[in-house]
Amino acid sequence: EIFELKAELNSDKKEKKKEAVKKVIASMTVGKDVSALFPDVVNCMQTDNLELKKLVYLYLMNYAKSQPDMAIMAVNTFVKDCEDPNPLIRALAVRTMGCIRVDKITEYLCEPLRKCLKDEDPYVRKTAAVCVAKLHDINAQLVEDQGFLDTLKDLISDSNPMVVANAVAALSEIAESHPSSNLLDLNPQSINKLLTALNECTEWGQIFILDCLANYMPKDDREAQSICERVTPRLSHANSAVVLSAVKVLMKFMEMLSKDLDYYGTLLKKLAPPLVTLLSAEPELQYVALRNINLIVQKRPEILKHEMKVFFVKYNDPIYVKLEKLDIMIRLASQANIAQVLAELKEYATEVDVDFVRKAVRAIGRCAIKVEQSAERCVSTLLDLIQTKVNYVVQEAIVVIKDIFRKYPNKYESVIATLCENLDSLDEPEARAAMIWIVGEYAERIDNADELLESFLEGFHDESTQVQLQLLTAIVKLFLKKPTETQELVQQVLSLATQDSDNPDLRDRGYIYWRLLSTDPVAAKEVVLAEKPLISEETDLIEPTLLDELICYIGTLASVYHKPPSAFVEGSRGVVHKSLPPRTGSSESAESPDTAPSGVQAAEQPAVIPTQGDLLGDLLNLDLGPPVSGPPIATSSVQMGAVDLLGGGLDSLMGGSGSFAPAPSTAVPANLGAPLGSGLGDLFDLTGGVGTLSGSYVAPKTVWLPAMKAKGLEISGTFSRQVGSISMDLVLTNKALQVMSDFAIQFNRNSFGLAPAAPLQVHAPLAPNQSVEISLPLNTVGSVMKMDPLNNLQVAVKNNIDVFYFSTLYPLHILFVEDGKMERQMFLATWKDIPNENEAQFQIKDCSLNADAVSSKLQGSNIFTIAKRNVEGQDMLYQSLKLTNGIWVLAELRIQPSNPSFTLSLKCRAPEVSQYVYQAYETILKN
Amino acid sequence: MIHSLFLINCSGDIFLEKHWKSVVSQSVCDYFFEAQEKAIDVENVPPVISTPHHYLISIYRDKIFFVSVIQTEVPPLFVIEFLHRVADTFQDYFGECSETAIKDNVVIVYELLEEMLDNGFPLATESNILKELIKPPTILRSVVNSITGSSNVGDTLPTGQLSNIPWRRAGVKYTNNEAYFDVIEEIDAIIDKSGSTVFAEIQGVIDSCIKLSGMPDLSLSFMNPRLLDDVSFHPCIRFKRWESERVLSFIPPDGNFRLISYRVSSQNLVAIPVYVKHMISFKENSSSGRFDVTIGPKQNMGKTVEGVVMTVHMPKAVLNMNLTATQGSYTFDPVIKVLTWDVGKITPQKLPNLKGIVNLQSGAPKPEENPSLNIQFKIQQLAISGLKVNRLDMYGEKYKPFKGVKYITKAGKFQVRT
Repeated sequence: EIFELKAELNSDKKEKKKEAVKKVIASMTVGKDVSALFPDVVNCMQTDNLELKKLVYLYLMNYAKSQPDMAIMAVNTFVKDCEDPNPLIRALAVRTMGCIRVDKITEYLCEPLRKCLKDEDPYVRKTAAVCVAKLHDINAQLVEDQGFLDTLKDLISDSNPMVVANAVAALSEIAESHPSSNLLDLNPQSINKLLTALNECTEWGQIFILDCLANYMPKDDREAQSICERVTPRLSHANSAVVLSAVKVLMKFMEMLSKDLDYYGTLLKKLAPPLVTLLSAEPELQYVALRNINLIVQKRPEILKHEMKVFFVKYNDPIYVKLEKLDIMIRLASQANIAQVLAELKEYATEVDVDFVRKAVRAIGRCAIKVEQSAERCVSTLLDLIQTKVNYVVQEAIVVIKDIFRKYPNKYESVIATLCENLDSLDEPEARAAMIWIVGEYAERIDNADELLESFLEGFHDESTQVQLQLLTAIVKLFLKKPTETQELVQQVLSLATQDSDNPDLRDRGYIYWRLLSTDPVAAKEVVLAEKPLISEETDLIEPTLLDELICYIGTLASVYHKPPSAFVEGSRGVVHKSLPPRTGSSESAESPDTAPSGVQAAEQPAVIPTQGDLLGDLLNLDLGPPVSGPPIATSSVQMGAVDLLGGGLDSLMGGSGSFAPAPSTAVPANLGAPLGSGLGDLFDLTGGVGTLSGSYVAPKTVWLPAMKAKGLEISGTFSRQVGSISMDLVLTNKALQVMSDFAIQFNRNSFGLAPAAPLQVHAPLAPNQSVEISLPLNTVGSVMKMDPLNNLQVAVKNNIDVFYFSTLYPLHILFVEDGKMERQMFLATWKDIPNENEAQFQIKDCSLNADAVSSKLQGSNIFTIAKRNVEGQDMLYQSLKLTNGIWVLAELRIQPSNPSFTLSLKCRAPEVSQYVYQAYETILKN
Repeated sequence: MIHSLFLINCSGDIFLEKHWKSVVSQSVCDYFFEAQEKAIDVENVPPVISTPHHYLISIYRDKIFFVSVIQTEVPPLFVIEFLHRVADTFQDYFGECSETAIKDNVVIVYELLEEMLDNGFPLATESNILKELIKPPTILRSVVNSITGSSNVGDTLPTGQLSNIPWRRAGVKYTNNEAYFDVIEEIDAIIDKSGSTVFAEIQGVIDSCIKLSGMPDLSLSFMNPRLLDDVSFHPCIRFKRWESERVLSFIPPDGNFRLISYRVSSQNLVAIPVYVKHMISFKENSSSGRFDVTIGPKQNMGKTVEGVVMTVHMPKAVLNMNLTATQGSYTFDPVIKVLTWDVGKITPQKLPNLKGIVNLQSGAPKPEENPSLNIQFKIQQLAISGLKVNRLDMYGEKYKPFKGVKYITKAGKFQVRT
């Protein structure tokens, strides 16, 4: 086929040529490789037929990269075309030029580009502006050296609005990779230019200009107002992206306006209709709009407070729209509209979609907590729902009723009996834990509380940690309330928790309760049954400073993820944090604190219960659902525990394992701040007497040199790394009939310069059938020679009989150094910097650890987790490690909870090590 | 900006890809397929998906997924709007936006995509401009082209590209000068069990078909412009004039376009033109249920309600339905559990009714949820909000155009809960 095409391409007939090029393009689009035709297609380029030219350009853009030498052939035509009298051809040439991503050509393109940037025809100028951005992407230095950036800045004052818009777009894109440069330094004059261009350019240009305007900081409230006035008409644009960008500018500059101003009120009113209109668009647009409205509603609830109904869910909305609408409904719920909202939520709770129903039930609970007047109705609605006996509805309802109890203690306990009826149907950990909490908390009012809890205790080991912890606490509560009849029960649970569990948190809590109860029951009562702080109304507000930052990112990906770009945009080098402008002095005084909703919000903030991840100090509670024992208890017991541990009371805690290493005094602060998985548990692990003091994984010894090959000397060994030093642990066994002596060892040159740091010392001669264990310290300053495989080590051992040679493979993780933790920013930059070709991907199969376990396990071997991210239920771990010779390896580990095989992507400037790093990962994780 | 575009059909084949910067491997779509699998239903695929190195923003239209790949922080709405514009353009060029149409015209598609986006920046998205750059395929033109050897790519710079009115080309000529406006209103409503309105609003649009020579400057005024407080305009409309005089003043694009879209919100009372009486119940432990629905006219301003169709997603446990319709015909698809009743016109003298027995799977528990009824209808010659065009004036040209206004009201997302 290629052959035929080749013939046709070289035909004399124009028509035939064109048809042939079309065929080539068609096969290119479907992914066939037609790069072999490169010279023939390029030959067709010099034509005055515009269609043919365009087609050839299309082809060029696609294949130039794979055929850089050939691409040079096209340069001349480009240069010529850039001077064509037809502006369309000039623009086309400059446009295509930029798309040929071949380093060699770029320098030839500078001259024509410079000309085009100053072209008399604005169409050519606007195309050239974009070309600067393209070129910058290929070779930033060249663009700067050639002064194109300044030319681009000049274009902001161009007379044609389209040119201005494109210049702004190009500059914004360049600025994104250069956060420090002040490319888009705006002043009142340039702002004026932009605002004028805003009215006249295309919808896409308007988006670029508005996004650029949003970065400007007006000097006072008057300027802010005048910008707002000129941006407001954009709210009526048919393009939703324009609308949302305009909303961003307004939301940001509004911050500077005084609330007493009439204009402020007008602006608030004007913002509502366009936001609502976005919801009548296609579902995809709705989704993005809803995510943004969620932010806006938190920042300025007054804007949409009358628009509750537009968020009512239609049964055929896509699920992602439904869930977002529900979220906003709860945020807008108030005393005025709660009846409507509840009626809706009840309706939703009978829908088909399980996720949605669950969220709806949860929402009813949140309404109860948010609007006190409605609590009673919410509770009765929840009870109705429990009567339906639909399993997941019942479970969700119990979880939220627990929260209602915490908000309104001693008010709705009458429903406990109904709840207890459903005990058997609960199979989800969260619901079980909630139910257990309720039983423990109200143990004195439930006659058969002990029986109920005892029934849970039967399958204690099969429960999830959450339930186990909750059960432990509940039984202790029960014991403190009814000490006489439950002594046996409490002993049972304490021994289950402390002796039969391998979960450090559970053991830890068990010991703390045990000690508390045995030393001072009165104190225990005070601690365990302490008054709990009430939970406040909103449990999932975005933290105010983050919210303010996100408001600056309305309309962007950040607003969809509700995370600042620094948290997820790859390679954003030193992202500039945006912040809302401060209110100007004049208006500050005018604003009394009680009229400012934002102020009120801030004041309420401390009462908000942070979501689980935020509770750093609250070590003990971290793993549970909403607190069993309130924060004050938790902190006090942590202190007690910690003091005890250090005070040498350890022996009693640890039972038999007596040999306790010197108290790691520095470890305590570290542990307090460390994530839970490694928190207090580490202390126990340290003392557990396993013998590996913060060392990396050590493989069991294997036979390296069998006795048959070495005249009776058998050598087995392994490698280990402990606190920065590498050693080779050897066992020499004499299987010959004569005594062996005069041992010595030598390494051949190897890839990482491993060499013995001390001579091999065997103190006494080795008698027949005797063996000796030696730990040989190693360093990495020996001579280097690349081996194949990379981790191959050739060793010579000498004794009085002969010299023996063997080779062994050492696991790469013995070379992972302790300071291999990279800065987050560094990591992002490096990851981006290392070319994609250097990335290697591996599967780690059959590993059932969860993300936290994985990262603590790897950390033991100096693979450091820098960030953890949860993307749609998968955990992504970003890790770094450094080899003794200074090579950094960056890793991304993807863990799906349901799937035992992990995906490991490694990036390294020396890609040949990747495979061995992967092997190291596998060995560490599987052992 | 937008890096690449993949078109994917329902069976998961990538049938077209286009890259505006460097080539992104197809394997990036695996993340999309993963999400698609998780979503089960095609409509439920989340529009924004993050992958380790890229973001995928997608829309689902006409059984095709348009999946775009982006690498930097880009406004997602911008991408989604653009993707819809791409789909609109295909529709406009090929009469339908389908896999076959795209595959048949793959070269034009490629040329269009190249013209619409440059380095990820939108370049020309107005159909007027595109049509000047790349002529749409017609049978006649392909015959003519093959004889004369002329091409379907324009070789002059489209005039609209640079002027302040990019939406209109110069030198338009018609023998019959006509201007038509269709005022189309859709009622979105949720009606609860008892028949009271939970939520209702009107989504209105004015679609225009303008075939006028030269550079006409039009002014459209309304009898009751105060109704329009939440409006989105076509870029051709002069916003200042509207703000000050409540008159739509504009130089129109040539051909068909949407002049404005507006929303009459639930705060104003929205008339509901039909009512539904329903009785749907399932008996406990008897594997059957009753179904009885009557539709009747309500506030319809004396006009006939026609084209009435009711669709109901029945619960999963429903096996089949034995119904009798006093009017129209009904079908029940036992696979997707959808009941469709094509009623036709409602005559107030004899209200259409559909009634009978619902058979459930034996042994299945009584369905918890009650199905919502989805109603479609049409009312000619009526804009339910009461919006009325007053007059249309033309300036700038001498001839006298033929003018016409048509009103129509339809059901949008009109749901009755039972």
